[in-house]
Amino acid sequence: MLSYIDKIRETSARLLKDCSVEMVIGFRKGTVPMMNEPHFAKTAEAVDKLVWDSNCGINLANYLTNRQEKIGIIAKGCDSRNIVTHIIENKIKREQLIIIGVPCSGMIDKRKINAMLDGEINDVVEDENNITVKGNDFEKILNKRDVLQQNCAVCIHRNPVIYDELVADLVEEQEGVDRYADVRSIEAMSSEEKWKYFDDLLSNCIRCYACRNACPLCYCPTCFVDESRPQWVGKSQDPTDVRTFHFLRAYHCAGRCTDCGACERACPVGINMRVFTKKLEKDCLELFGWEAGMSADVRPPLDTYKPGDPDDFIK
Amino acid sequence: MKIIKIDKKNWASGLEDLAGSYRLFGPAKEEEFHNFKALDQGVLPDLTCLNTRLSPKSLIYPQSEVMFEYSLDESQEDHHIMKEVDKDYSPRAVIGIRPCDVKAFLLVRKNFDSPEYRDPYWIRAYEATTFVGLACEAPCNTCFCTTAGCGPYHEEGLDLLLMDAGDNFLVKVITDKGEKLLADAGWDTEVNTDEAAKQIEAKKQAAEAKISSFVTADRLKEMDTVELYSAPFWEEVAFACINCGTCTYVCPTCWCFDIQDENRGRSGMRMRNWDSCMYPLFTLHGSGHNPRDTKIQRVRQRFMHKLKYYVEKYDNGIQCVGCGRCVRLCPVNIDIRRVCYMMNSYGTSDNTCAA
Repeated sequence: MLSYIDKIRETSARLLKDCSVEMVIGFRKGTVPMMNEPHFAKTAEAVDKLVWDSNCGINLANYLTNRQEKIGIIAKGCDSRNIVTHIIENKIKREQLIIIGVPCSGMIDKRKINAMLDGEINDVVEDENNITVKGNDFEKILNKRDVLQQNCAVCIHRNPVIYDELVADLVEEQEGVDRYADVRSIEAMSSEEKWKYFDDLLSNCIRCYACRNACPLCYCPTCFVDESRPQWVGKSQDPTDVRTFHFLRAYHCAGRCTDCGACERACPVGINMRVFTKKLEKDCLELFGWEAGMSADVRPPLDTYKPGDPDDFIK
Repeated sequence: MKIIKIDKKNWASGLEDLAGSYRLFGPAKEEEFHNFKALDQGVLPDLTCLNTRLSPKSLIYPQSEVMFEYSLDESQEDHHIMKEVDKDYSPRAVIGIRPCDVKAFLLVRKNFDSPEYRDPYWIRAYEATTFVGLACEAPCNTCFCTTAGCGPYHEEGLDLLLMDAGDNFLVKVITDKGEKLLADAGWDTEVNTDEAAKQIEAKKQAAEAKISSFVTADRLKEMDTVELYSAPFWEEVAFACINCGTCTYVCPTCWCFDIQDENRGRSGMRMRNWDSCMYPLFTLHGSGHNPRDTKIQRVRQRFMHKLKYYVEKYDNGIQCVGCGRCVRLCPVNIDIRRVCYMMNSYGTSDNTCAA
């Protein structure tokens, strides 16, 4: 990871110095364990704050929406796929970007690590394979593979799909991964069981919209839940309104979601709303052979019509 | 000052006795974290909880609260007339609340119980509640209460303060309300006050010494509001913000709400729901104009309100008790300690932050 940081700083400083970009968007070290903060550097001197480690799970494509300047952006696999989606959807221009690709080995799951330990975590350090977690009266070494975010554990596109610079050699992609075991287990439920599962899943939602706002796909100028003339959705904790928000948001992401995990990671009450978007992701793969954000040259299946499009699901 | 001792063996039976005259609330662990819940009969508050994920503000001020009901059925005589809904303001007791969260109610009270306006729902719920605090022996590393007008043994706003002393709880009796609760529970073992006070003081100092995180807010009140408002650092502070409502919803001192009418069929209700200054809709005018249309304006508003406008208006310190929830839960790690530092040191040469 240290070599990544050196290369990120060196590349960013060069791009800023030769005026190829006006800002570089990356991460700076967080103020609490297992968190980093999205951060920008506008001068070559400011790049020293940029870091990289296994706590960079926030999707930085989210910070590109409608920006006008020339930008250098640090991008792991999923960020790069959302950058592609942003380009396809005219939220940023390819010419504006210098993409500093980061081959990714997955981000760690803060929630999972916290749940594994009894005491409060004061510090977390990592090397290539291990995460050392320190508390007041404990120190534990965890294998990074065991504490990855769930979406990272089943990720098959760790390398950036589009980049202008690369901070390290590409990593080996994971093969033979069962990406959809969780979705299949829900598909196998009866309607009543599914309804109960979704109700339980969403019962803690406080409607802070962190999932939506952390998502690079959710850039609507006014989200449907915020429309006031007319108002589409109630504002209370009524379960119907909470469900409406989550279900509809998921549908808005169909064929666009890269399963970057930003939504689940952002949730302050630990809801795995990814199960909704993953189901749609799986459907898009099965019906259209489609994975979002792999190429800026192909239109997504849900905004093109082909006579041969599958329609068996229309009943 | 009166101090009593509760043998932990008598804890469950005392709570059982209390359940006859109070509705009891306390920290309960769900799957991954604790929240305050109504305690079913026989369920004990989980006092191992460092602090709850969400603040207990919803016990007094629920996220969604119905105020009125009405009928839209014109064949009814009372159609379109707002009628108050029945609510349960019978005595309740919150067991195991942390001193910071109780202090927060006093800050929120500035808004809901002022000479100009008295909020009937908040006040009645607040007055119906007895707060049984639990002193913090092991504060979190994100707690900065001691520099936010509070502390692990802080008593303001509490009726009783419980301290863990091995096989016993030591209880400092702070108000008559607290005294009544003790009587109802049958906890009455008085102890040698001088001795216990010394013991408490020592525990208090030990707990305070464990606080490892701080804010400095000494310059905020005197600073020029417009200068602070126009400071260049807001761009950097706001950059990472995704404008979700997490910080405001988990905060024990954020009090903003929105009023909505919700109709179903031919009847409806007027309710208030928490709202957040992070949301664009919060300030959207009927005309379509939005005075806080950009993220940077909204982020600045939140911090200026907590750390400058409130400080100036009430001369009561910052609108923050240092519970650290926003620090722990912000999805992008915007840290109020850091922002407070930037604001407080603005215009001085010292502008590097340790937080």
